Amino acid sequence: MSVLVYAESPGGKLKKNALEAVTYGHKTAKALGTDLVVLTIGPAEGAEQLGRYGASKVWQASAGDFDSRQYAAIVAGAAQKAGADVVVLSHSSTGKSIAGRVAVRLGASSIGGATSLPTVEGGGLRVRKNVFSGKAIADCLLGGGAKVISITGNTFPPEVVDANASTAIEQITVDAPAASVKVRERKTVEGVVPLPEAETVVSAGRGMKGPENWGIVDELAQVLGATTACSRPVADVHWRPHHEHVGQTGIAIRPNLYIAIGISGAIQHLAGVNQSKCIVVVNKDPEAPFFKAADYGVVGDLFEVVPRLTEALKAHKAGQ
Amino acid sequence: MKILVCASTTPDTTTKISFVNGNTKFNTEGVSYILNPYDEWYALVRALEIKEALGTGSVTLLTVGPASDEANIRKGLAIGADDAVRIDAEPISAFFTATQIAEFARGKGYDLLLFGKETIDHNGSEVPAMVAELLDLPFVSYASSLQLEGRTAVLDRDIEGGKEVVEAPLPIVVSAAKGMAEQRIANMRGIMMAKTKPYQTVPPVAVDPKTSIAAFELPKPKSGVKLVDADNMSELVRLLHEEAKVI
Ligand SMILES: Cc1cc2nc3c(=O)[nH]c(=O)nc-3n(C[C@H](O)[C@H](O)[C@H](O)COP(=O)(O)OP(=O)(O)OC[C@H]3O[C@@H](n4cnc5c(N)ncnc54)[C@H](O)[C@@H]3O)c2cc1C
Ligand SMILES: Nc1ncnc2c1ncn2[C@@H]1O[C@H](COP(=O)(O)O)[C@@H](O)[C@H]1O
Repeated sequence: MSVLVYAESPGGKLKKNALEAVTYGHKTAKALGTDLVVLTIGPAEGAEQLGRYGASKVWQASAGDFDSRQYAAIVAGAAQKAGADVVVLSHSSTGKSIAGRVAVRLGASSIGGATSLPTVEGGGLRVRKNVFSGKAIADCLLGGGAKVISITGNTFPPEVVDANASTAIEQITVDAPAASVKVRERKTVEGVVPLPEAETVVSAGRGMKGPENWGIVDELAQVLGATTACSRPVADVHWRPHHEHVGQTGIAIRPNLYIAIGISGAIQHLAGVNQSKCIVVVNKDPEAPFFKAADYGVVGDLFEVVPRLTEALKAHKAGQ
Repeated sequence: MKILVCASTTPDTTTKISFVNGNTKFNTEGVSYILNPYDEWYALVRALEIKEALGTGSVTLLTVGPASDEANIRKGLAIGADDAVRIDAEPISAFFTATQIAEFARGKGYDLLLFGKETIDHNGSEVPAMVAELLDLPFVSYASSLQLEGRTAVLDRDIEGGKEVVEAPLPIVVSAAKGMAEQRIANMRGIMMAKTKPYQTVPPVAVDPKTSIAAFELPKPKSGVKLVDADNMSELVRLLHEEAKVI
């Protein structure tokens, strides 16, 4: 018996979501009274740190570019080798591409996008997740046998459990089919925290009037170290890129702080952002529905309020 | 080119969600259903575009769901699918649904199996990967572009903080994200034609769903907004720092 975490390392580096998965795996292993094995595939800068986050063992398997069939076979093979009851993945683009495949290979029950740690129920586990795009929460029962859990980002903060722990790294080989998906090109934006992982998000909508006005949003985001987002109509008319579109038909996010500027708060927008821990709304219309979903509200003209907020944040930073 | 598009139905995006039977069952009263947006807007439309560009091929729409899904399946036919199949069962878990789809598709020679990136009610992003594994096919998720170069699919795949351009041989399973196509609206001719297009109902295969939902809950409502004067942004900063502790 054990818990296996696949700590993903896109671009050859373990990032925050990998550490979140390891922390989740550590807590799960502790609750089940078992050990945690962490698997990395391909280059994984930072693997030597994983012992500090609770890994009893780190296994490294080699592989080329990401191919869901091959990677899933490696994860499932490692899970069998570890005798794992529970396999933990990130609910990221990599995790989502393989979680279902791993579950099928292991004949496992599964949950995509867990938001709670598991509790034992009979021979299975009980785990929560968001459904109806954040409008509700479901308590899921994962039946007996192996279980595959992919966890929602920015939900389980990484915790160092033993700052002095060393990490025993072992190379393993697992039989897996050859890759059939080849990467032609990779276009990544460096230095920006991707929306699903972002702790602070500054988002703007049609109230901005036009793409030429986004400077004040970018400036606010910059002082906060925030990632920028937008409402759907703004992406649809190409004021902003599609990957910034949040909501029910865009990206679902759960940052610690979400600042919504000139966004009315339509039900489809709220669905993707209402899990944010703190919501600030800036809108000139006191009747805007978003105020009902907000923690803090500012009724006023965004073109005046946003620069003032940026200035106040700069002053706050300078005073710290 | 034989294309299978898998689409689910889901409550309309404006639906206020509530539950019955001690919060164990979704309250369907007064709820209107739509085709899952990713499935309709991107997977189905891209399938039609590919068929149109090649001038040959077929697009089959597949839904695992109850008889009440028929109106939405007809809508998919009106948009342009050639025929439709409904597997007559409640889609009770991702594994259950994926098994139904895989068992239907197995051996039928589909070149492309197109899905949406996720359902906006289950939000699992699990079904397409499961189908790919059950059929032992390559799978590319969250594709925002899909082009064919002969028997090779070339795709843009959304990854955190960017994009990857990948290629893979057909047959392949793809899940579609925003950008793959533009939504199409059914016209009158399409709606008329949909009435006579082939639509078959298939019984489900028996399979253990493995995962089930024990209960639902609604998120705790916000306790009420605290309004801050537009002239006093340093007060907002103070609240965010001292009270909310988020900066
Ligand atoms: C099937 C479906 C799916 C959808 N999915 C999504 C989704 O995923 N995400 C999403 O965002 N939307 C989605 N929508 C669209 C949604 O219904 C709304 O239309 C959209 O969210 C509105 O965007 P907005 O708030 O930017 O614009 P508006 O609703 O036009 O709101 C603009 C706001 O700006 C305020 N404003 C204007 N000028 C100023 C100023 N000078 N200062 C301060 N405030 C100002 C106005 O008071 C208003 O409240 C979906 C719709 C459908 C039908
Ligand atoms: N009941 C269903 N019938 C047909 N296709 C489905 C069904 N449920 C899910 N799918 C497909 O699988 C995708 C992902 O679903 P999910 O794993 O539930 O997020 C959807 O976008 C659909 O393309």
